[in-house]
Amino acid sequence: MRTAFWLAGATVLALAQPVMAADSIKIGFVSTFSGPTAVIGNDMRNSFELALDHMGRKIGGLPVEVIYEDDQQKPDVGKQKTEKLVQSDKVDFIVGYIWSNVLLASLKTAVDSKTFLISANAGPSQLAGELCSPYVFSTSWQNDQTPQAMGLYMNQKGVKSVFLIGPNYAAGKDMLAGVKSTFKGQVVGEEYTVWPSQLDFSAELSKARASKAEAIFVFYPGAAGVQFLNQYVQAGIKQQIPLYTAFTIDELSLPLQKENALGVPGAQEWVNDLPNEENKRFVADYRKKYPNLRPTFYGAQSYDAAQLINSAVVAVKGDTSKKDAMKAEMEKANFKSVRGPFKYGNNHIPIQNFYLQDVVKDADGQLSLKTVATIVKDSQDNFHDKCPMK
Amino acid sequence: MLLVVEQFLNGLQFGLLLFLLAAGLTLVFGIMDFVNLAHGSLYMMGAYFAATFVMWTGNFIIGVLLALGATLLLGIVLEFAALRHLYGRDHLDHVLATFGLILFFNDAVRLIWGPAGLTLPLPAWLTVPIAIMPGVYYPAYRLAIIVVALAVALMLYLVVMRTRVGMLIRAGASNREMIGALGVNIKLLYTLVFGLGAALAGLAGLMQAPILTVQIGMGENILILAFVIIVIGGIGSIRGAFLAAIFVGMIDTLGRAFLPDLLRQMLSSTAASTAAPALSSMLIYLLMAMVLVVRPEGLFPASRR
Repeated sequence: MRTAFWLAGATVLALAQPVMAADSIKIGFVSTFSGPTAVIGNDMRNSFELALDHMGRKIGGLPVEVIYEDDQQKPDVGKQKTEKLVQSDKVDFIVGYIWSNVLLASLKTAVDSKTFLISANAGPSQLAGELCSPYVFSTSWQNDQTPQAMGLYMNQKGVKSVFLIGPNYAAGKDMLAGVKSTFKGQVVGEEYTVWPSQLDFSAELSKARASKAEAIFVFYPGAAGVQFLNQYVQAGIKQQIPLYTAFTIDELSLPLQKENALGVPGAQEWVNDLPNEENKRFVADYRKKYPNLRPTFYGAQSYDAAQLINSAVVAVKGDTSKKDAMKAEMEKANFKSVRGPFKYGNNHIPIQNFYLQDVVKDADGQLSLKTVATIVKDSQDNFHDKCPMK
Repeated sequence: MLLVVEQFLNGLQFGLLLFLLAAGLTLVFGIMDFVNLAHGSLYMMGAYFAATFVMWTGNFIIGVLLALGATLLLGIVLEFAALRHLYGRDHLDHVLATFGLILFFNDAVRLIWGPAGLTLPLPAWLTVPIAIMPGVYYPAYRLAIIVVALAVALMLYLVVMRTRVGMLIRAGASNREMIGALGVNIKLLYTLVFGLGAALAGLAGLMQAPILTVQIGMGENILILAFVIIVIGGIGSIRGAFLAAIFVGMIDTLGRAFLPDLLRQMLSSTAASTAAPALSSMLIYLLMAMVLVVRPEGLFPASRR
């Protein structure tokens, strides 16, 4: 009798196990939700939640559980949170990562456990090259790509010399390297500032002015972009040397930068006015769901990350143990991206267009970003040759 | 050559701004023997008050004056409500309590003003660059900071060295028990000193606000520099804080400006450009370590206890 009882119990357990494992999709979301750059994390969360709303809060027919974790913009904290998500929450996917240095610190944990990691922003060169992995996908770009587009645009404008300024961390180095790889003129100066603590750029701006360069290129994401632009204008350099940017002016910083940002071009793979149906719906519903806020490229990439996950889970009909099949599906980028169609390279980094964006006054008199032109079509990063995946 | 002049001005401006923050900190630390980690929060509150009042009144000067008054008041209320009860205690208790205040202020700001931060726009007459020498242009606003900070330093000197209140403050710094025994209302003096320190921190914050953005936690990084300055200058010494602040401002700015070029002579260009910012941010701490070894009391200690 007793044995029968135990046997029955074991059978029930054995039967219950696979059903339990597949009755929901668990997603870990690592981003910055505290400190001055928390606004970026919030935008990513808002967009991800909106994507889930659009999917009826279900992925592949299964309910979704998202666990949001704050990396405090620190690599060590990001690594800890990633370990927690992988080891104790046992999530099916990890999404997010604004900062390249945080992603690089967290990468090994995810890859070793064969958990799919989808970077919705950070794109360090290592990730595209020697550290590429079958379990890692990007819905953003490789860091060098956006500034490469800016370098091409500066060539088009006939700029002969440039002074580069950026923060001294993984992404800052990639960004300045990106400009240098496409810009044909002379690089007369290159300054790195302490990240994220240095907020006063007076010394660098003075040097830029003294260099008599024809243009200044900067990369300052988040609040640092507001501070840089303030100081650039106050020093009177805006009248002397035009500024070219990557990731310095976006919908989060623009309300603080105001008129300072007028006439300062940037490059981006997504702009709020891209004319595809998916994007129109994303932008309109975002503004409806979160009044007074506007989505940014960070949000657009997070929205796409949710769609990418959805495509993989639908393809295996909710059986997340079929990792190879999910990987094969994700490599097709088989979903309607808000940036328009794109393909994946061998290293799982998008091959995509980059646009020129400008700051204009929109219909309601507010400053907003507008697509001016396509700078480059189907751009692929420079590091895919170093990636062993074929 | 013109670049050197400009960089010196940058260093001076940064140093004077640090002085405003360090002066309040050194007064409170030196006279009240109170470690106030929340000094950076008062700096942040000064900036938030200024951004709000300037928006309400539409006038930069009026808004800034209101903000100064508000931070002074906030300092006095804070001293009266919370810090007064901690004076007899250990420094560790001060650190714990004021660290709690940092968290309190950060979350209070998040509740009242939201997480996104504010800007403090300058009036047009402060946004133009001024030609200080032929060929050298300097932002009018940074010049204004230099002028205001020098005026405040002079005023502090006069108050501390030439007035009766100043005499009591100096006496308090040398021997607290004794001036209490001589019948001076030490409680009132402390409240006053703390309020003054808060107003100085607020002034630093609101002057920095148009250059940077007004955001949560803006006072935390700069507070570390302020502590370095009072350690270098000697705790409780305004003169020490003044000289050390200018020293630190210069080292930081000139280090950032010229170290990369210097290193490029020796190293490859990429190695130099990544090593230089790290090295230049270490210079200040190296200076502090050296001062601690050679003169543990600081360069200009207040009169000995």
